[in-house]
Amino acid sequence: MSDTPDVEVLIERMGQELAAWLDRTTRPDPAIVGIHTGGAWIAERLRDRFLPDAPLGTLDITFYRDDFEQIGLQPGVRPSELPFSVDGRHLVLVDDVLMTGRTIRAALNELFDYGRPASVTLVTLVDIESRELPIRADILGTSMKLATGQRIKLTGPEPLRLTLTHTAES
Amino acid sequence: MSLKSSKLQLNDQGQLRHFLGIDGLSRELLTEILDTADSFLEVGERAIKKVPLLRGKTVCNVFFENSTRTRSTFELAAKRLSADVLNLDVQTSSTSKGETLYDTLRNLEAMAADMFIVRHGDSGAAHFIAGNVCPDVAIINAGDGNHAHPTQAMLDMLTIRRHQAPFEQLSVAIVGDILHSRVARSNMEALRILGCPDIRVIAPRTLLPEGIEQYGVRVFNDLRVGLRDVDVVIMLRLQKERMQSGLLPSEGEFYRQYGLTSDSLALARPDALVMHPGPINRGVEIESAVADGAQSVILNQVTYGIAVRMAVMSMAMAGQTTQRQSRQGAV
Repeated sequence: MSDTPDVEVLIERMGQELAAWLDRTTRPDPAIVGIHTGGAWIAERLRDRFLPDAPLGTLDITFYRDDFEQIGLQPGVRPSELPFSVDGRHLVLVDDVLMTGRTIRAALNELFDYGRPASVTLVTLVDIESRELPIRADILGTSMKLATGQRIKLTGPEPLRLTLTHTAES
Repeated sequence: MSLKSSKLQLNDQGQLRHFLGIDGLSRELLTEILDTADSFLEVGERAIKKVPLLRGKTVCNVFFENSTRTRSTFELAAKRLSADVLNLDVQTSSTSKGETLYDTLRNLEAMAADMFIVRHGDSGAAHFIAGNVCPDVAIINAGDGNHAHPTQAMLDMLTIRRHQAPFEQLSVAIVGDILHSRVARSNMEALRILGCPDIRVIAPRTLLPEGIEQYGVRVFNDLRVGLRDVDVVIMLRLQKERMQSGLLPSEGEFYRQYGLTSDSLALARPDALVMHPGPINRGVEIESAVADGAQSVILNQVTYGIAVRMAVMSMAMAGQTTQRQSRQGAV
């Protein structure tokens, strides 16, 4: 089993880049939205350390997934919570692992059902380079190429750790 | 007639594919319905109260018995899931031309309907359809005879869960015409499965079914004894037609003995919830001041009803989908 990067180190660097990015692109007064579950953990840390005034929300994209016809409804859905108005707001959308891009597609659709944000900045911890949609992160922790049958998962919330596993199938 | 729902309404993986009744379902499944409904409740508070889950699916409201409210909450629930909705008032259409239930439904199935919401005056109608007519269409029981009204029961459970302590700590009283009430039956079953230790039914002897004890409930004929220290009071609607049948002396007499008034409610716990499936008869089974009072959650029930129906509809559609997938995989 190979080593995985230290998540806290990645978050520290992402936070600095994010603050600089928001400044450079003139996106004041942002709100942070973490995708349930891993993204929400990272979002909370980014808020606490780098954007203490930003309101924090969580998104559960279960109702927006594109694979209902294949796998049905995933159990364990939780209510999305966006305790602020999305209209005209600069949003920072946070996810743990960027894989196909389908989760982000679903998250964007869901966000737009809350209103019309001024912008959306995408922050992801890991990109495993298997995108199926034209979606890439604005702020990225790290890229990793996984071997066949390998999967990566963020466990947490304390401590946050990236874990590589091998699945028998595929 | 024994109507065992358990086998029929689950797919091979134990997921819901029809929703016909509460009996035989596990506490885990009922809890999953409530959890999913909680998430849909949040959708109802958004600017755009719609999710794309059932986009491209066709949901048919097939009501053999009138019910404007139940039908409209099902319709709203389906629309919030992005399904297309067809409302069929079967009373006034084909059945009057002599078409049988079987033919009506097979025709709808041929129009590629994915789900039927069925309300019928006969107990077991939804079971019959799910078992014998259209097993591959998700069937949701919206009330059948005196038998079951499972979505009403689940919205009542959601109301209790959101406004009271855990089920394991509650005393719940169901008051009124238990005999003719499918709501009462489904509620007794749901409360038992969810672990409620003290379920009481309060009614005159003439409005209690035989063998009520099988539901694991305590029976009271005196409202003032039965309401003592309960956490939840579920009032049932007194249907006027029962008056004529000789089961009750008079409306006034019923109200005096079984009507929920500020006085009788004072016997329950101070934070007891007042619930009613609606439509309420003010001054017949419930005092106006109680129906509109601080302890009343009657209008919350309506809101929760939409979320519960969204949950059940999406879960049943998902169960049909995975069933189809696994069957295709097996071929």
